[in-house]
Amino acid sequence: MAKIQSKLNTRAADFQENAEHMQTQVDDLQGKLDTIKQGGGERSQQRHVSRGKLLPRDRVKNLLDPGSPFLELSQLAGYEVYEDNVPAAGIITGIGRVSGQECMIIANDATVKGGSYYPLTVKKHLRAQTIAEQNHLPCISLVDSGGANLPRQDDVFPDREHFGRIFFNQANMSSKNIPQIAAVMGSCTAGGAYVPAMADESIIVKEQGTIFLGGPPLVKAATGEIVSAEDLGGADVHCRTSGVADHYAQNDHHALQLARQAVDRLNRKKPLNMDIQDSVEPAYDSKEIYGVIPKDSRKPYDVREVIARIVDGSEFDEFKALYGTTLVCGFARIFGYPVGIVANNGILFGESAQKGAHFVELCAQRKIPLVFLQNITGFMVGQQYEAGGIAKHGAKMVTAVACAQVPKFTVLIGGSFGAGNYGMCGRAYDPRFLFMWPNARISVMGGEQAAGVLSTIKRDQFEAKNENWSEEDEAKFKQPIIDEYDRQGHPYYASARLWDDGVIDPADTRMVLGLSISASLNREIDDTKFGIFRM
Amino acid sequence: MFNKILIANRGEIACRVIKTAKKMGVRTVAVYSDADAHALHVAMADEAIHIGAAPSRESYLLGDKVIEAAIKTGAQAIHPGYGFLSENADFCRKCADNNIVFIGPPIGAIEAMGSKSAAKQIMEKAGVPLVPGYHGEDQSRDIIKKAADDMGYPVLLKAAAGGGGKGMRQVWSEDEFDEGLDAAKRESMNAFGDDHMLVEKYLTQPRHVEIQVFCDTHGQGVYLFERDCSVQRRHQKVIEEAPAPGMTEALRQQMGEAALKAAQAINYEGAGTVEFLLDTDGSFYFMEMNTRLQVEHPVTEYITGQDLVEWQLRVASGEHLPLLQDELSISGHAFEARVYAEDPDNEFLPATGVLEFLQAPEESENVRVDTGVRQGDEVSVYYDPMIAKLIVWDENRDKALARMSKALKEYRISGLTTNLDFLYNLSNAPAFKEADLDTGFIEKHHGDIFHDDEKALSDELPLAALFVLLQQAEEADARANACGDHTSPWHCSGNWRLNEPHIQTVTLLHHEQECPVDVEVQQRNGQTTYLIDMGGETISAQGKLDGSELRADLNGHRLSATVAAHDDGFSLYTSKGAVSFKISKPDMGEDQDTGGEGGLTAPMNGTMVTHLVAAGDAVKKEDALLVMEAMKMEHTIRAPADGVVNSFFFQPGELVDGGALLLDFAANEE
Repeated sequence: MAKIQSKLNTRAADFQENAEHMQTQVDDLQGKLDTIKQGGGERSQQRHVSRGKLLPRDRVKNLLDPGSPFLELSQLAGYEVYEDNVPAAGIITGIGRVSGQECMIIANDATVKGGSYYPLTVKKHLRAQTIAEQNHLPCISLVDSGGANLPRQDDVFPDREHFGRIFFNQANMSSKNIPQIAAVMGSCTAGGAYVPAMADESIIVKEQGTIFLGGPPLVKAATGEIVSAEDLGGADVHCRTSGVADHYAQNDHHALQLARQAVDRLNRKKPLNMDIQDSVEPAYDSKEIYGVIPKDSRKPYDVREVIARIVDGSEFDEFKALYGTTLVCGFARIFGYPVGIVANNGILFGESAQKGAHFVELCAQRKIPLVFLQNITGFMVGQQYEAGGIAKHGAKMVTAVACAQVPKFTVLIGGSFGAGNYGMCGRAYDPRFLFMWPNARISVMGGEQAAGVLSTIKRDQFEAKNENWSEEDEAKFKQPIIDEYDRQGHPYYASARLWDDGVIDPADTRMVLGLSISASLNREIDDTKFGIFRM
Repeated sequence: MFNKILIANRGEIACRVIKTAKKMGVRTVAVYSDADAHALHVAMADEAIHIGAAPSRESYLLGDKVIEAAIKTGAQAIHPGYGFLSENADFCRKCADNNIVFIGPPIGAIEAMGSKSAAKQIMEKAGVPLVPGYHGEDQSRDIIKKAADDMGYPVLLKAAAGGGGKGMRQVWSEDEFDEGLDAAKRESMNAFGDDHMLVEKYLTQPRHVEIQVFCDTHGQGVYLFERDCSVQRRHQKVIEEAPAPGMTEALRQQMGEAALKAAQAINYEGAGTVEFLLDTDGSFYFMEMNTRLQVEHPVTEYITGQDLVEWQLRVASGEHLPLLQDELSISGHAFEARVYAEDPDNEFLPATGVLEFLQAPEESENVRVDTGVRQGDEVSVYYDPMIAKLIVWDENRDKALARMSKALKEYRISGLTTNLDFLYNLSNAPAFKEADLDTGFIEKHHGDIFHDDEKALSDELPLAALFVLLQQAEEADARANACGDHTSPWHCSGNWRLNEPHIQTVTLLHHEQECPVDVEVQQRNGQTTYLIDMGGETISAQGKLDGSELRADLNGHRLSATVAAHDDGFSLYTSKGAVSFKISKPDMGEDQDTGGEGGLTAPMNGTMVTHLVAAGDAVKKEDALLVMEAMKMEHTIRAPADGVVNSFFFQPGELVDGGALLLDFAANEE
């Protein structure tokens, strides 16, 4: 393979300036996450621990193979969405290794509003299940939740993608032999009771875990019966009498040990059917990406400088290097796995879209996972391009991306605007994972453009009425639109709403992609059947 | 020479005797108990006879059974080894009655030395110097106490029939006398069936120097120089060496001749050892004579180039001594370290268990390992928990000591607790290197040997944490290479986390104390750096594991250490000494039902000796409740709180398994 020769001058002033700018953004992200990782706060955590329970993050840590990575998902979920502060939406999800097997871990954080399900808690739980289902990852639920957030029941309970879907997913994953394991380490009330009940194997911690459809207050209200939580649905009841739980755990550590044992006996093997070669670190330091990305997002740069800092040995075999040059396509390896990379290097033209469609077809045919590096302001507009069929060329690329059955991975490394988002495998195109860099922005178009479009329409209205609209008034009209687009296009806003799977440090891109690709290979790659390409 | 001999012993000494017999073309017969059916000594012997149940009283101490075995197999002589029947005059007599040669001294010599007080009287008459003491027959408490008061404290109470530290007590003041006497008498009664006591002046800084003597049946006697066995704990020898450091030719000759005089006073034959206390001023006092081959005989073999077992066989078969006094000389220096299954951190409590992994240092001209066990064998409750004797030789003391240190480092035992670290630290203690020895050495240099200095750990802890993480990385690599998905980053061991430092907490246990260490793992360009947080100070560490060699760079300081993994932890050997760590395991909540009775379970397999209170008695916290005996040592179980003893689960004399609940105790409600 050909090695990318970096043309970057790491001593140049603009490199330093860029690097500092990115560092500030990464620091801000990590600072926010530091707080989020404290869950419901010190007092709430102390109360939790004083009951002899482990904190949710400690549960996850003790469940994992010692020293192994944990790819946490949707860390910013719920960030500044509700009036209540709901760190990480009160649930921790992520992929980790348990007994040598990559698993989806879903752990309620009872220190956050008792672990109750806000709408975004549901969305985050469902997203974790979707990832598990798409990648055939066994699910381990560490249950400690009071169930649906009652004041928000209309956004939690009734719809297709609401609470009930969790159990629908459990049943259907189980039917596909995607194992479902639940450890009840706290309450598990009402609908929540179905998490362990629907599991293939369930564990419950003595004197901590309870499972019941109706808790003691509800029972008293309904029938007048007075019963303690432990007698109603404790470990002894469910392991000895009801059979709702299968394994009796002495404490949290024991429950996690039992969960590890449960995974150990799944009799699963990763179905690897691809040419894997030794993994080689990139020739250039990943951290140099900081200096590659211009502080001014409108400034162009060569995306190959990014690729060089992600792929094995910085080696990259380009496809159609001389054609449709605003889209860079090529073959590389990440942690030894073959990948096809599709990366924006400017606006999409008809040629670049056709090239992209061709390349995606190649990868689908050869069952090579696809990595999309999105930095796209959109497809080219204008009379010449419409006449040249940019819409049908764009459609070809969208068709190819939509239908390709190989695992797809998308990283928003810059702008993600308009139909460019579709062609570059945005959220709607079911990439197995989608991550954003802190400098990325996502919206239907840029704030300036949107404000421009809206003010043009407005000006037309004024002019139709022969009224005058001052430049000053126009600017006043445009500014809130620009501000709103900026706010909504920000990665935190996007990630808070689960439009992605997380905001990542650009220097971690290689690792995040490597973990994601490797996890995706737990499922065999299907054959692709494409739809009609408009010619 | 005999055609066939029987070895009335087990373990390393039986194997040791068989080795020489084989070399001399003498056939061997082993005897064994139920517990030893698969023991090494049985496998090594040409024949073996089963003589009874596991407890030695029902097997190795049954003289009649042993003689029966000798008759059955046609053995002409019996080598008794040490312990068991080796100094038993009755057995010796029975051998003679059955026309079997007892490879040891004549009956009269055993009898003469069998009672310590009688022995002293004989020695006194023969003009051998004695420590001031009372060796009288009158055993009334007042008489003994008066003798003690007269010679001034501290005094030493000793079982007249005793040896090996059993039935022996130091008494430091008049107040302690009664309690000490009772305990010593009880131990003596249990160990020897006799509670006659003698009292001696206790020298506070004495060295234990003993002379190996050898006499033949033709009236010839030689001494094979001295051994220094000063390093003892509870009067049990730990490390022995020959020659004694600082010994002058004149003193050596003086002591050697005194020892020969002692032997000749009782018409001695065969191998014997005369033990002296050597005072700081060069005066020496007779302590006792052991009428057998000693455990520590190999150091003498090393410095003289002789095989003492061969000498024993030759002398017993009527031959002349192989060499005369002027043909004997000392060459170089030898050490012996006794490797025991015991817990030095817990008052040397004997340990039992299976030797799951056992790898001795490689034997050579300079390194010798005398052992009676193999990997997979069990160190049981029934016998002495010695695993092996490690003996080294070199041309001088410093070199020999360096060899021992290295060999101890290479000894690998897992499955049970051993004293290897303790031996290593002992042999590396500065005072030991300088040969500043006396019998109180271990107490005096406790800090150097046990590393109970907190500061010492601040150097070892980062190394230990680094080792754990390097091992984790190594295991991860091994697992990765063993599967088809070997490049997967999921195999990474650096505790990778998204958007947070990759911090792993390594929780190590040192002396049951939890030492959590936070380590941030940084991986850049294929280099892994471990940032070890030592309570504020961060140590930047890198390292490499090469088998058991750990090479580390701590803040730019390059150093290396040897690591020996065992059971649930590992020992770290550095130039300063050995420190062992256990890896903390999370509490899985098991055995919670018995959690309240901590301390009331048997600390090891053993025998119930006596109840000190009656069932139903109310007791105060720390009151002694019962006495258990294990490995011939007494252990007192005390009340964990004020409360009532409801009942005892074992009666005196009953065998108790380690970990068994001993009594039903109810603590008073607050």
